[in-house]
Amino acid sequence: MSRPLVLRPLALAFALCTTLLARPATAQEGVRIGLTYAAGTRPGVYILPMRGSSSDSVRAIVARNLDFGDRVSVIVADSGLPLTGTPNYQLYARVGAAALLQFAENVGGGVNVVLHEVGAARVLQRRTFLVDGPPNSPEWRMSMHAMSDEIERWITGVPGIAATRILFVRTGTLWTVDADGANVRQVPGVGNGSFPAWHPSGRMIAYTQFADDGSQILVRDLTTGTARRASFASGANFTPTFSPDGKTLVFASGLDGTDLWAVEVNGGEGPRRVTVGRGTDNASPSFSPDGRRIAFVSGRLGRPEIYITDSDGANPEWLTTTGFGDQSYRSDPSWSPDGRNVAFQTQIEGRFQVATINLRDRSVKQHTIESINEQPSWSPDARHLVFTSSRTGNRQLWILDTESGRLRQLTQGAIARQGTWSPRLAVPK
Amino acid sequence: MNARFPLIALAVVAVTVSACKPPAAASTTPTPVAANPDSAAVIAARATAAATARAEADARAAREREAAAAAARDAAARDAAARLEAARVAAIANARTAFATVIFFAYDQAELTADSRAVLDAKLPIMRANSAVRIRIGGHTDERGSDAYNVALGQRRAAAAKRYLVDQGIDAARIDVVSFGEERPVQVGADETAWSKNRRDEFEIIVGGETIRVP
Repeated sequence: MSRPLVLRPLALAFALCTTLLARPATAQEGVRIGLTYAAGTRPGVYILPMRGSSSDSVRAIVARNLDFGDRVSVIVADSGLPLTGTPNYQLYARVGAAALLQFAENVGGGVNVVLHEVGAARVLQRRTFLVDGPPNSPEWRMSMHAMSDEIERWITGVPGIAATRILFVRTGTLWTVDADGANVRQVPGVGNGSFPAWHPSGRMIAYTQFADDGSQILVRDLTTGTARRASFASGANFTPTFSPDGKTLVFASGLDGTDLWAVEVNGGEGPRRVTVGRGTDNASPSFSPDGRRIAFVSGRLGRPEIYITDSDGANPEWLTTTGFGDQSYRSDPSWSPDGRNVAFQTQIEGRFQVATINLRDRSVKQHTIESINEQPSWSPDARHLVFTSSRTGNRQLWILDTESGRLRQLTQGAIARQGTWSPRLAVPK
Repeated sequence: MNARFPLIALAVVAVTVSACKPPAAASTTPTPVAANPDSAAVIAARATAAATARAEADARAAREREAAAAAARDAAARDAAARLEAARVAAIANARTAFATVIFFAYDQAELTADSRAVLDAKLPIMRANSAVRIRIGGHTDERGSDAYNVALGQRRAAAAKRYLVDQGIDAARIDVVSFGEERPVQVGADETAWSKNRRDEFEIIVGGETIRVP
């Protein structure tokens, strides 16, 4: 039941092999991805009333997740009786709904979901989702997020990004927040932590720990709470990142000038040098999704610029060569999960702004203009970026939809920075 | 010591009195010597006792004067020692201050300025006079650059100071370098006043700081 009418492998291959815009259109004769709606528009999704004690939470969370996904327009019925029998599809079509979403508490636990395709006047999907934990607990919320992401995949052909978290730095400690801004929690046991990174499993993180005698890389298991040191030298060790296969950890290390070094996550081979900076600064590695290349920042030209190298250090290449901004400071690269773009920060009139560079034609797109915006990190859908912005007066995390330009503030309160977006942390059950 | 003087005086009187006894005892006619307070022997004994007492008093006064003079000499010596110690402590404090004096950098630069080199030169005598001292140089940046790139920049700033000291003959093994990037500002603020104070190298003695010798 998880993928009727959807050809996922083909969709993935399609996404990786082409640079065309993703379009929820027919890919092959007789096979459709998602429901039918006009390309380039956001289909209306009408969320029907639901009965039960957790109904408000279920509908509110799903509605918000679908809204934050920026791929559909959500219409929530304020009140009324739950739908019984066949809906009057023509009526819903008139209010702009391309899909109807119907929830009901399942007698044996969990939530029954029915997705109606209004244009075809039929049920497109029907499934019972299992739910963890008591209502509104973090586990329950994550179950809702995984359910929403699957519903979004039914509708658009692309899973949502609700079942993700953003790891960030606040007052020297590390925190996580659900992608919808709820469930802000401190990662226990971390002091003086910076530059956090997710393991692709979502179960481990790496980060830099500052001490009086220098900085070291620690790898922490979020399940067991145990941490171990992954760096091997004194001096500065910072900006760790995991390879997409989760086996390798790459970070910057050095005493006078820094280079990128690779170590195996489970021990094994000793440290391997990736860059040859000859006393310059080389830091902030970010892997391509196939793990074969690394984007990083280097000062080898006398100012920070973005470079790309093979993951073994061969073929280093200056990426940000084109004329834009102040041409004095580009840093903090993040390679998009679809492989097409690298996000980074660039100075424009003396202030950092978030930009992306297209790897096919090297075209640069500036995404922010107000105040200082920096430290971009891609969501798993390769469409949204979390970044740090000073636009409210102090630094907070914001989320940008790079296609529509829509912005929302993710964190409030004390300064939050260095946000890094997790992989998908839960699958629908 | 002074408590003994009356005893000695009494003893002298006793001896003198007993020494006068034989002539009196030799007299055939009993003479009421003791009954006559103005007898020559008694007067002589009194004079002797008085002279002895005077001598003792003089000696006592002399000893007291000597003791006072010695105390004054001791006090002067103590004062001199205290002044020397204060000067030594001040010199160590000055040396520590000279040692701890930070150096500053231009925006996004790790080059030492002429001022910075002069500040580093002032640290050399202390490093040379205290070969057991090990130090740590911490590089810092202002808040403007990239958080990540600033760690690298801070490291290069610390390394630049170390390289200069090593070039002046200091053993490289005595100098650790670390970077804190922009994580430990001395002045919080979003203007050049704060930024210029934060772009710095700090110097800290990590071994041998308790027994530092002034060059």
